[in-house]
Amino acid sequence: MRALPQKLVRSNEFYLFLVIVVLAIVIQARSGQFFTANNLVDIANAMVVPGIFAVGAFMVLVSGGIDVSFPALASLAVYATTRILVDAGYEGDLWLPFLIVMAIGAVLGSLNGWFASRFAVPVLIITLGTASVFSGIMQGALGSVQIPNIPPAMSEFGRATLFVATNPDSGLTSNMPMSFLLLVGVVVAAFVMLRYTTFGRGIYALGGDESAASRAGFNVRRMKFWLYVIVGVIASIAGLVRTSMMDQMHPTNLLGMELMVIAAVVLGGTAITGGTGTLTGAMLGTLLIVIVQNSMILVGVPTFWQGFALGVLIIVGTGISALQLTRARKRKTALI
Amino acid sequence: MVDNVIAVRGVSKAFAGVQALDTISLEIAPGEIHCLAGENGSGKSTLIKVISGVHAADEGTIELNGKEFSKLTPMEAISNGVQVIYQDFSVFPNLTVMENLALTAELAEHRTFVNWRRMRRIATEAIAKINVKIDLDAKVGQLSVAQKQLVAIARALMSNARLIIMDEPTTALTKREVDALFGIILDLKSRGIATLFVSHKLEEVFEISERFTIIRNGKHVITCLPEELDHKKFSFFMTGREFDDARFTPQIRATQPILETSRLSAHGAFSDVSLSLRPGEILGITGLLGSGRTELALALFGSLKSDSGEIRIDGKAVVLDSVRTAISHGIGYVPEDRLTEGLFLERSIGSNIVISEIDSFVSSLGVLEQDKADAEAQRWITDLRIATPDAQNAVSTLSGGNQQRIVLAKWLATKPRVLILNGPTVGVDIGSKHDIHRVLRELAAEGLAVIVISDDIPEVIQNCNRVLVMNAGRIVSELDPTQTSELELAALMSKDVQTLEGIS
Repeated sequence: MRALPQKLVRSNEFYLFLVIVVLAIVIQARSGQFFTANNLVDIANAMVVPGIFAVGAFMVLVSGGIDVSFPALASLAVYATTRILVDAGYEGDLWLPFLIVMAIGAVLGSLNGWFASRFAVPVLIITLGTASVFSGIMQGALGSVQIPNIPPAMSEFGRATLFVATNPDSGLTSNMPMSFLLLVGVVVAAFVMLRYTTFGRGIYALGGDESAASRAGFNVRRMKFWLYVIVGVIASIAGLVRTSMMDQMHPTNLLGMELMVIAAVVLGGTAITGGTGTLTGAMLGTLLIVIVQNSMILVGVPTFWQGFALGVLIIVGTGISALQLTRARKRKTALI
Repeated sequence: MVDNVIAVRGVSKAFAGVQALDTISLEIAPGEIHCLAGENGSGKSTLIKVISGVHAADEGTIELNGKEFSKLTPMEAISNGVQVIYQDFSVFPNLTVMENLALTAELAEHRTFVNWRRMRRIATEAIAKINVKIDLDAKVGQLSVAQKQLVAIARALMSNARLIIMDEPTTALTKREVDALFGIILDLKSRGIATLFVSHKLEEVFEISERFTIIRNGKHVITCLPEELDHKKFSFFMTGREFDDARFTPQIRATQPILETSRLSAHGAFSDVSLSLRPGEILGITGLLGSGRTELALALFGSLKSDSGEIRIDGKAVVLDSVRTAISHGIGYVPEDRLTEGLFLERSIGSNIVISEIDSFVSSLGVLEQDKADAEAQRWITDLRIATPDAQNAVSTLSGGNQQRIVLAKWLATKPRVLILNGPTVGVDIGSKHDIHRVLRELAAEGLAVIVISDDIPEVIQNCNRVLVMNAGRIVSELDPTQTSELELAALMSKDVQTLEGIS
């Protein structure tokens, strides 16, 4: 076994961590506002929804696919849930909204899963299609409009805080949302699944070599199906959290997030070709992007530069891993 | 006979009307090392797939452990001890050796949760069975081909295999690795585990196989002992064609060499190489992997810089500092494997031939002049006798040998005067190999100067009029192939020469 420090230095996550630390120090030096209690809590707050999405996007990437339908899936699931509950005048506990949204998420995910497991079409194409179908159903068939009053249980959940952080200088306060625990819970559950179940290891195997996976005895079709069901459930949870935290159902609010989330996961060292990557990396990648989005204002960078900075990050981040790959290949061919 | 590991009886299989297997029978005894040989497309792979349960046979039965199956499933094959090691090894490059070994076992026991400690134990036991050392925590993608193969073998042995089928197992291995592999196979034999080799090369399996079965076009040709086979018979059984093994005699018209080098050296690759080549010659350069043969070829093609010495073309000293310069001096280089790759199989024969010189068929307006391109393609089809009714047909409609001619045509279309071929028949089956050799001889007869770089000893002896042997970066010998036996040449190639400075 390799020594731990050496392993650490060779890992992608380590460098990502360094980048985050450097970025934090730069922001701190320029603004003096980064390492303040309320800014850190704000970042944690902003991480919840993209973080949960990232877990799902990560699993699909590891399996060798790319899913771009999760924001549309989440929007439709939450819209339908909210509509049903509001129309029924539901005043009860939180478990029912969660149950309904996860059930709808599972059904929508199974649609992705059914196509992905039956047809030899890239998942990217399938989910581009289903994404349009999902938002089409929401905006057309269900005639989506903004729902200003969401069920009280969701509203309460959105306001629930773990603690309040106060900036001693400015007196600004930020709430640590209860939903952060949900992010932690999803990450832990995904970690356990990916590391300690045959299904989870199978997802890695699938991303490594699909035909080898089926020769090894994995039921590739069934695995793909259930993977997309799980991803659908995870996405719908993220959607419910976002709606609860906004205290209203805004149907198109989530749309367009897919590229940012996928970028975060890839930045975290997950190979776009499948098979490699860690949840830690995916979370660090999300953290980096959230910091860039949230903190550039602190250093006085106009918001429209955010897109630019994100783009540069993605190119540099993926460029480095591409470079490592070509170097490793060169080393191999040099021997021949 | 009950004591066979496997008995295939009269198996037939057709795909969309094409008879891939036609009443094939095959028996393998416990511990037997059996070689299944046949050209590409002869039905070897289909037969393996039937034996391993991937394809169900249309007719016939397969007997495993005394049980008869007409429709064998993969699970039944595995549980009766049949394991296939595919050419790509079917390993997971992104996972560690340990997981690659243990995942199958975890799956076979239908476990929901994996236990990393149990997986390590399983993997350690599996590796111990073949008595080799491999880092269990290494990612399989970072292993050498030979190590990947060992992982695949170790994995196959885990499930109480009684028959291991190896698909072209020695193709990518060095001599030493092949020896190590044979050691393992003999060890398996002593434990009563049979091996079925699938191959189309006699050399690589002759020394270990105890029996041969040769199939052609889906039909059983012969099952025999190695004593009953030699190169010529082997080729005949595989292809159904007789090949004259006449050696090449050059018709040298010019006395002036077209290409010469004197004391050419490149640090760490080769040194002091002096050679000369006249039009009409086929010069063989042979040597083991790492002897500097490939580097020398690259230097002659301008893609590897030499440090000292001189290259002369038509008697004039030239500096080949880039591939472009080399091509402008009329040197063409066909890299290793390019004879089998480098074709757009779904595109037409004509466009494949002219693709490398497509610029010369473009009018001043930038429009492709299709009739000129067609005429050029037709010229090559006639010159190289490519058997096709129509240049518009897709390349995939051609036989392997004809496809190889198209690759040659593609390179020849750049009109070289010196053609350097690196490993021209690596991975090519016997029929196509003969076809390529014939084309090379014809080209030489027309006045092309040819250099064949190859470690295939029969190939250089039969097709070259002179052979240079490289060893540790130097030319150690120049031979007349008519005066040299294969054994002598092999000895020269692998003789321990004092290692050249700078070569580790």
